[in-house]
Amino acid sequence: MTVPLLEVKDLHVGLPIGGGQTYPILKGVSFQIMPGEAFGLVGESGSGKSVTSLAAMGLLKKPLRTTAGQILFHGRDLLKLSRREMRKLRGDRIAMIFQEPMTALNPLATVGRQIAEMFYLHQGKSWAEGEKLAVEALANVRVPNPDRRAKNYPHQMSGGLRQRVMIAMALACDPDLLIADEPTTALDVTVQAEVLRLIKELCTERGTAVLFISHDLGVIASTCQRVGVMYSGVLVEENWTEALFTDPRHEYTRGLLGALPRLGSRSTQGRHRLVDIDSIIPDRSILTQTRFISPRGEGASA
Amino acid sequence: MSAPILEVDDLHVRFPISGRGILGAGKRTLYAVTGVSFSLAKGECLSIVGESGCGKSTTALSIMGLQEPTEGTIRFRGKPITGPGAPSRMARAKAAQMVFQDPYASLNPRQTVNASLAQPLKLHGIAGSEATDRIAAMLRSVGLTAEQGRRYPHEFSGGQRQRIGIARALILEPEIVVLDEPVSALDVSIRAQIINLLQDLQEQFGLSYVMISHDLSVVEHMSDRVLVMFFSQIVEQGGWGEIFENPQHPYTRRLIDAIPDPDAALGRARKATEKVHPVPPPGWRFSSDGSVAPDVFSPPEASELVDIGPDHKVRLLRA
Repeated sequence: MTVPLLEVKDLHVGLPIGGGQTYPILKGVSFQIMPGEAFGLVGESGSGKSVTSLAAMGLLKKPLRTTAGQILFHGRDLLKLSRREMRKLRGDRIAMIFQEPMTALNPLATVGRQIAEMFYLHQGKSWAEGEKLAVEALANVRVPNPDRRAKNYPHQMSGGLRQRVMIAMALACDPDLLIADEPTTALDVTVQAEVLRLIKELCTERGTAVLFISHDLGVIASTCQRVGVMYSGVLVEENWTEALFTDPRHEYTRGLLGALPRLGSRSTQGRHRLVDIDSIIPDRSILTQTRFISPRGEGASA
Repeated sequence: MSAPILEVDDLHVRFPISGRGILGAGKRTLYAVTGVSFSLAKGECLSIVGESGCGKSTTALSIMGLQEPTEGTIRFRGKPITGPGAPSRMARAKAAQMVFQDPYASLNPRQTVNASLAQPLKLHGIAGSEATDRIAAMLRSVGLTAEQGRRYPHEFSGGQRQRIGIARALILEPEIVVLDEPVSALDVSIRAQIINLLQDLQEQFGLSYVMISHDLSVVEHMSDRVLVMFFSQIVEQGGWGEIFENPQHPYTRRLIDAIPDPDAALGRARKATEKVHPVPPPGWRFSSDGSVAPDVFSPPEASELVDIGPDHKVRLLRA
């Protein structure tokens, strides 16, 4: 039995609304990620998928706060770490890629310098060594002409290249866990396909576990081994990817899959209407009352 | 077959870009749309797909009269709507209207929904109880209540705002509606509702759609015909079945392959692109698959759109 790399246990996040009361944002989310595994969290806006990942990185913005639960990383509870300990971990053992690389990168520094900073801060390298390693890191994410590109500023690069720079930064210190929050949403489809393939290949190569956050069921299906479906702050269903897509157990998952225009479905079903979740489930509040979490021991598809 | 409602004939749009030299010396020309031709039949949904910068939105703006073509003509019911002798904006407003990607940015935040819908009617001389009735009927058609008409845009969710955007586009009863990425900003469940609504309205009012999209699964679901654009040109066009089940151009195949599709990812459905590789007709070769970014400042390589089947054209180069 392997020990999970990340274990989120009954995580509650709330928004204080005065009078000592809190409005619940996450209502007891639990899941595990094994070393080297790609785990996906899928859900619509406001489902709590990004809040979950921010909580795991210790990046929750005030006034949001964790009200209960544990986030165990290598067995250590991240919620009990000091800010300084957390900062040491972030970027080194846990790294993150965000949706909009333009806002996540510093516009005033060359990308080489920004990647070099990772080696300087976390591995005690000199800036000169760091910049050399940065060129290597750019080559690893398949950026053409890495030595020239290292001298570029973010605005001189396309969206796809910037996202590669983000990946190079995130993987610079060989983290154990990569959190990718909608990493390709802002990209064109063919660029998205390339970036997804790159993340998948690099993480498989290095044995990096990935927590993938996306609203796109297709992106999750093509990258993750196991998937959790979130709705209104609750993880309503979790299963191996194939099982989840072929045999969705929860009403919400079934609705979500039916609402998706699927490539090729017009050839088999003809012109058809998409499922309208609101018309099949008029009272959405019942959706969070049931959960289907399949045990990890069964039906594993390696 | 009835006459097409919209005909676009050899549309070219080029933008002069001033150079970096003194007084803009070293001027260059950006090729945005090069030789695009197509026709739209009544009641049809024609989609233009492609990635950022391929010219799909510029083509849409030209149809709307918001971008003057450099060359070429656009005819609505046989009459030119560009160049000299073009009808006034007031007249074209009844021919074509547009639904935008971000309805919040396209609605006036200081006007109630009713006021937003009354404005175009007033400009066209419809006021009083007739206007009120039409607005109420339109709100019902898009699934909103009369009470919601008295609210402001910020009081609505994204999906409801898109319903308002659609109501605003349809209030003058246009024949053509240009849909610019109408659902790409919406969540999966809301997206399904808006797609269903667009299809219901199309049937109810006999609308003709020109849809601009990068999302091929939505395009396959909604379109009758599809144009695939790459770097200012059409590289493949045809009925939805031809494009999705028998794609020929390497770029179309690349686009289809790139869609993250759950069924294909799990190996449950085979994409058409996994079948035998297409071979160009003798004497021809396919142009690039789009993996190399083209130079937008020089005209595209000389090539032709060649018929390879009924209602199926592919861009080919002389071998």
